[in-house]
Amino acid sequence: MNMTSSVRIKSGCSDAPILKERGQNEVFCGLTGIIWLHRKMQDAFFLVVGSRTCAHLLQSAAGVMIFAEPRFGTAILEEKDLAGMADAQEELNSQVEKLLDRRPEIKQLFLVGSCPSEVIKLDLSRAAERLTLKYAPKVRVLSYSGSGIETTFTQGEDACLASMVRTLERTENPDLILVGALPDIVEDQFLCILKQLGIKNVTTFPSKTKDSAPRIGENVKFVLCQPFLGDTREALQDRGAIHIAAPFPFGEEGTTLWLKAIANEYDVDLSLFEKVTEAPRNRAKKALEGISNKLSGKSVFFFPDSQLEIPLARFLVRECGMNALEVGSPYINKKIVMPDLEMLPNGPVISEGQDVDSQLDRCRKAKPDLTICGMGLANPLEAEGMATKWSIELVFSPVHGYEQAGDLAGLFYRPIKRRELLKV
Amino acid sequence: MKLAVWTYEGPPHVGAMRVVTAMKDTHYVLHAPQGDTYADLLFTMIERKDARPPVTYTTFKARDLGSDTAELFKQACKEAYDRFSPKALVVGASCTAELIQDDPGGLAEALALPVPTIPLELPSYQRKENYGASETFYQIIKTLAKPASKTDKISCNILGPTALGFRHRDDVTEIERVLLESGIDVNLVAPMGASPDDITKKIGKAHFNVMLYPEVAETACRFLEKEFRQPYTKNIPIGIGSTADFLAEISNITGLDKINFDKTRLRADWWSRSIDSTYFTGKQVFIFGDATHVKTSVRIAKEEMGFEVVGLGCYNREFARDIRSLGKDLGLESLITEDYLEVESAIQNLQPELILGTQMERHIGKRLGIPCAVISAPFHVQDHPARYSPQAGWEGANVIFDTWVHPLVMGLEEHLLNMFREDFEFNDGAGPSHLASHGNQSLKGSEENSTNEHLQDLKKQDLVWEKDAELELKKIPFFVRGKARRNTENFAKEKGVNSISRETLYEAKAHYAR
Repeated sequence: MNMTSSVRIKSGCSDAPILKERGQNEVFCGLTGIIWLHRKMQDAFFLVVGSRTCAHLLQSAAGVMIFAEPRFGTAILEEKDLAGMADAQEELNSQVEKLLDRRPEIKQLFLVGSCPSEVIKLDLSRAAERLTLKYAPKVRVLSYSGSGIETTFTQGEDACLASMVRTLERTENPDLILVGALPDIVEDQFLCILKQLGIKNVTTFPSKTKDSAPRIGENVKFVLCQPFLGDTREALQDRGAIHIAAPFPFGEEGTTLWLKAIANEYDVDLSLFEKVTEAPRNRAKKALEGISNKLSGKSVFFFPDSQLEIPLARFLVRECGMNALEVGSPYINKKIVMPDLEMLPNGPVISEGQDVDSQLDRCRKAKPDLTICGMGLANPLEAEGMATKWSIELVFSPVHGYEQAGDLAGLFYRPIKRRELLKV
Repeated sequence: MKLAVWTYEGPPHVGAMRVVTAMKDTHYVLHAPQGDTYADLLFTMIERKDARPPVTYTTFKARDLGSDTAELFKQACKEAYDRFSPKALVVGASCTAELIQDDPGGLAEALALPVPTIPLELPSYQRKENYGASETFYQIIKTLAKPASKTDKISCNILGPTALGFRHRDDVTEIERVLLESGIDVNLVAPMGASPDDITKKIGKAHFNVMLYPEVAETACRFLEKEFRQPYTKNIPIGIGSTADFLAEISNITGLDKINFDKTRLRADWWSRSIDSTYFTGKQVFIFGDATHVKTSVRIAKEEMGFEVVGLGCYNREFARDIRSLGKDLGLESLITEDYLEVESAIQNLQPELILGTQMERHIGKRLGIPCAVISAPFHVQDHPARYSPQAGWEGANVIFDTWVHPLVMGLEEHLLNMFREDFEFNDGAGPSHLASHGNQSLKGSEENSTNEHLQDLKKQDLVWEKDAELELKKIPFFVRGKARRNTENFAKEKGVNSISRETLYEAKAHYAR
């Protein structure tokens, strides 16, 4: 079975020049990933070693606080920790001891580096090794950096997953790994379809618990569920696993091509593929039909946020008939988003990084019908008369796969519909 | 190092943002890494601000650290000035930039911009949000304010209201009105709505200052008292009694002995005396928040609602002494902490009938099944209402009465629950009839959890509940059951009783009767 050739007719935006911007970034740092990772990994605790700002960020980004005591916290550095390094390591020991005492169900502990801990060069990987020796086998301690000087928003998840790759056990089996934290409902849907396609031994990464972690080896293949997992991809490849490149599973077309790329690798019979995907494909098309004609012909402008922008623009343009004016992404890893770039028709400005004030100038000038941006910009732009969709919702709600295709389009339509409804 | 899960206050630069965002024509250049821009959404989301906070972040990255972050700062300053043309530029560092020691103040000065620059030194690893707001406001006044001749008619400045303050917007409107009704002119409100020009030319014209929120304005008020001979009010006009004292204080300061005590807009006093309110009598409340709101709430609770204050505390250590001495007057130990887990366990032990607190305490109340009203920052988007809802002044007293009463079970309803406890629809687990009852399930869940923990506790103490006593306990309304259980167990321990019977339960009830 071949990858459908129709996809590669045009090179789309694959060679489009990229406008590289530097300046003020209106984007979260990588610590924010903890908000969803700590719900996904049910035996893990995330201990940020940082400042009051880090704690305040997590609390503010969480928005509505999940008040069952969350499985994350911040060890706030104080003046005395900055004075002498030996102190800081000891302080960390005692914080971890207190924490594990109070939360005996924790099996994985992540020490998460922040801007201040990076700047003072607090060695968290050494601390993690030392603490692993102390608490093994019950608790495994790992470290990664979610600092704003190194990571943007979703890159925090990338850094977290990459830190786990070396702990994965070896296997000779041709397992398939779905890489990237997905909402449970989406994960279950994908696992169900893959099972119907006859693909065995499918695992997910990250797994819900430490004990259900995927295994890895030269015969293992993996597919990314999220476009922001560049370091994780490389770490998995370093351990011999093979990356299945594909457009991302947004919308009917994206999901089909993503599944097809997997099916190709596992020699799934074309008729079986058609049979298994036919019903959900039709459902997705039907769900999209009603909304896409409302979105069709409208223009959209993406501020950089999660690295989902290119695949989402591809979905909005190809499946909803929208017209992309600018697609901004905090970082563009062509090795990962090339299939989506190729499918995105030529036209939009593709920008990487951000200088928020000049981008706002461009946006005002472009007058898009819909602007996708962060929560710091959305209300001010609405007040200027522009319809906005705050992008964090795209990371926090189930949007992948067939059954969510309509919901995904609905997220973009809601702000437009609201403006049509309101008489105030 | 100190472990924090949720925090009451942000870092000091967020306090600086609250001041700058409240003002006009002022811009803040903050030396900070990517990610610190999260603070913008506090203003655009919680307060629904229709403009971005006037803050430029330098957004330095790891690769900049080796090269020239100072140059990056200068460039950001220059660009911010060119783009926004502020009348004053505030400059400073967030926690990470503090570590790289670029000296934003010196760098900004070297640019020789044609407007005043105000450097901030806010120690991020020692201090917090309120300090940052207070210090920023003080530095702005110290740098900009010039002496001026006083207005002909007696006038005052209202100092302290900022962006993201609990009901600051409406408090200002209300206090302006109260002052106007009393024949006092308002010369300037700051920082909210003030421009650098106002601070320079206008602030010195007032005869005295109203210190509306000491957390933000006390340092500035002291400075203005010393430099411009402007006395300031120390009574915070939140609550009926405090508002009256505030006006009396103004009469003292100004020598105007005919301050008008026009209370026609006040209803809360009669609402509280009316017989429906008898059921408030002796209701036990726990009060936690910033010191100013705690202090005023304690007085309202005692003198204007007839509650009994069973616990109190604040999260801002700067005012710890005040709150400790207030606790002492009540015969209570005040809780001074920034750890919400400590607050939670205090509440759990005391089992009050009502919590007055911040958004943290509201969550604690939800978990423990205890009603809560919000009286202080930090607050969530639902506590920043569209309608006029001040805390200060006469209308503030009305609003507070309504807000505190709302989460409680109303008078006769409480009696009916006591009389017919086992009605399958109208039971205590369903919560007050005027509130949604969806919280019901989770309340039950949390009760069972605490019961399990509790059973282990009892085992350790050699205490057993007999079956009939356990059944009797279940007949006690949900919202006082926890307290009844605890009281009975304490009583049993005191008396050396190991097995709690129905009789023990009622003996304990008589013992603790109030």
